[in-house]
Amino acid sequence: MDLLANLSQGFAVALTWSTLLLAVSGCFAGTIIGSLPGLGPSNGVAILIPLAFSLGLDATEVLVLMTSVYYGAMYGGRISSILLNIPGDEPALMTTLDGYPMAKQGRAADALVLSGVSSFVGAFLATIGLMLLAPLLANVAYLFGPSEYFALYLLAFCTLGGLASKNQIKAALASAVGLGIAMIGLDNQTGLPRLTFGELALMDGVDFLVAIVGLFAVSEIFIFIESHGKNTAIGVKLDKITIPVKDIVNSGFTMLRGTLIGFFAGILPGAGASLGSFLAYMGEKTVAKDGDTFGTGNPKGVAAPEAGNNAAAGGALVPMLTLGVPGSGTTAVLLAVLLTLNITPGPLLFEERPEVVWGLIASLLIANVVLLIMNVPLVRLFVKVLSVPPHVLLPGIAMVAFGGIYSLSGSSHDLVLMIIFGLVGYFCRKLGVPTVPIILGILLGNNMEDNLRRAMIISGGDWTYLFSSGIAIGLWVAAIGGFVAPLFLRNLLKKPKPKI
Amino acid sequence: MKADRIFGLGVILIASFYLYHATLIPTGFLSDPVGSRTFPYIVAGVSLLCGVLIIIFPDQITDWPHLKVYGKIGIALLAMYLFAKTLRPYGFIIPSAVVAIILSYLISPNIKNAIITGLSLSIGLFLVLNYGLGLGLFAFG
Repeated sequence: MDLLANLSQGFAVALTWSTLLLAVSGCFAGTIIGSLPGLGPSNGVAILIPLAFSLGLDATEVLVLMTSVYYGAMYGGRISSILLNIPGDEPALMTTLDGYPMAKQGRAADALVLSGVSSFVGAFLATIGLMLLAPLLANVAYLFGPSEYFALYLLAFCTLGGLASKNQIKAALASAVGLGIAMIGLDNQTGLPRLTFGELALMDGVDFLVAIVGLFAVSEIFIFIESHGKNTAIGVKLDKITIPVKDIVNSGFTMLRGTLIGFFAGILPGAGASLGSFLAYMGEKTVAKDGDTFGTGNPKGVAAPEAGNNAAAGGALVPMLTLGVPGSGTTAVLLAVLLTLNITPGPLLFEERPEVVWGLIASLLIANVVLLIMNVPLVRLFVKVLSVPPHVLLPGIAMVAFGGIYSLSGSSHDLVLMIIFGLVGYFCRKLGVPTVPIILGILLGNNMEDNLRRAMIISGGDWTYLFSSGIAIGLWVAAIGGFVAPLFLRNLLKKPKPKI
Repeated sequence: MKADRIFGLGVILIASFYLYHATLIPTGFLSDPVGSRTFPYIVAGVSLLCGVLIIIFPDQITDWPHLKVYGKIGIALLAMYLFAKTLRPYGFIIPSAVVAIILSYLISPNIKNAIITGLSLSIGLFLVLNYGLGLGLFAFG
């Protein structure tokens, strides 16, 4: 009953006109931002932070606006994945695998509606999961020490390297590159500069937004120049929007499975929505009877990752709110928002500031309904954003990416770094080196190292401490298994390629 | 095969360079058992191993573009670099118009379209980013 009382308190906060308006505008802006390649949820939330503060909103309103943008961007990410074969944001990567082939077969509208409904199912159920699980998680979290966190991060890299790639050596290299980049800057423990190569600008380290935009958006520009935009489907015609009832019904259990996998993947600190959508996709490919047609435009291959990544977006809020540990890049940005508002996340947040937590949860439930309406009947509106010729869209994306990054840091150094990342991303694509582990490495590198060092301080330098608990051992076994097993099961677990 | 072997060699060189710089990391007075260097050493070690393995087990990569394409990518790179460097002194509108015209022309070689695209993009985006999203860019430096 406590839950219902809390929720009704939350709805009392969320159902004011100003909060509703913020939720709707956040959803709208978020969907546009998510659908534009290169402008993912973390960029979107980051870009809107100064605006939210300048509007003089209170803590709950700022959080409602930011999380609506976040959820909106998660919904919007699929649009360009399906229509352009370019993920609007990192977690939407898996949606390209079957979404784009569906669009090529003239079923773009079906794919968009199906993915919109899947996103709703994933995000809505995950918000309910957040409501139920967040108050309980604090207790489980007390069991996680530095050795468990270290093993958890390792698991994230190994599953990405093992399952998500064609070539494990290159995936491992990509993880190492990301981790290596994360080491650049001031050492968290000693405060001394590391690997800055004498460059003052590198003292603060490499901003992961710069890396994300460079690796995804700028490299895309080079790919477009190479192909003259001919090999893409910009300007793809969208048929009349109808509800593909059969596909939705057939994918019902797919969505539920994707939601469950995505939600729990999202809860894992650092794993985030990308792992959620990947695991949801791979899980469904293994379970589905028609799993061998994944990659050719199978609707289930669209439903699973979309339910997964949107559920993970909700799941990622669980550790962020209860532990102050972000579950993804975007929740890391949201964490910064919380701290700026003088709200310290953690178990006490639920007791001391219930109006913030429950107001946020109620707003998320409302935002999901708003997003379903925006992303199914009104999806054409957002597709229009992409129905512009490549010689207009690509320079436009470049300018938005440059302007956004420049306004965040005000440094031309970051822009140059972004261009370098763009070139690296281009050659990575050409050489078959996955870019997602690079990003994950940059995001998690410092935390991973901090936990290793903390574990060693606790144990006095005894490395066996890393395997000292059942949870840690379980995570190590899963990590090694996740990396090694695909070597033997290559054909079974091969990352599907869209057959286009 | 050849491309991957060159790539593997490049990885070894960069990882060695990284490893060398990792040995130069200063250690603090109150160093912990792991220290500031261990993690970078592990990362460099894994990268070196990957470089060697890539040389031993290269992929077959045939999807390389024509030399002319690299020329275009080089022009785009230069344009973006100049944009990054001129954004502060000249503001958003002029550098972004120039780079948008160049990028647009590289994708679709029609100078009239490129100029229209470049000018409208730079002014339009400036208005949206500056007044719509409040990014605080300068129009002309």
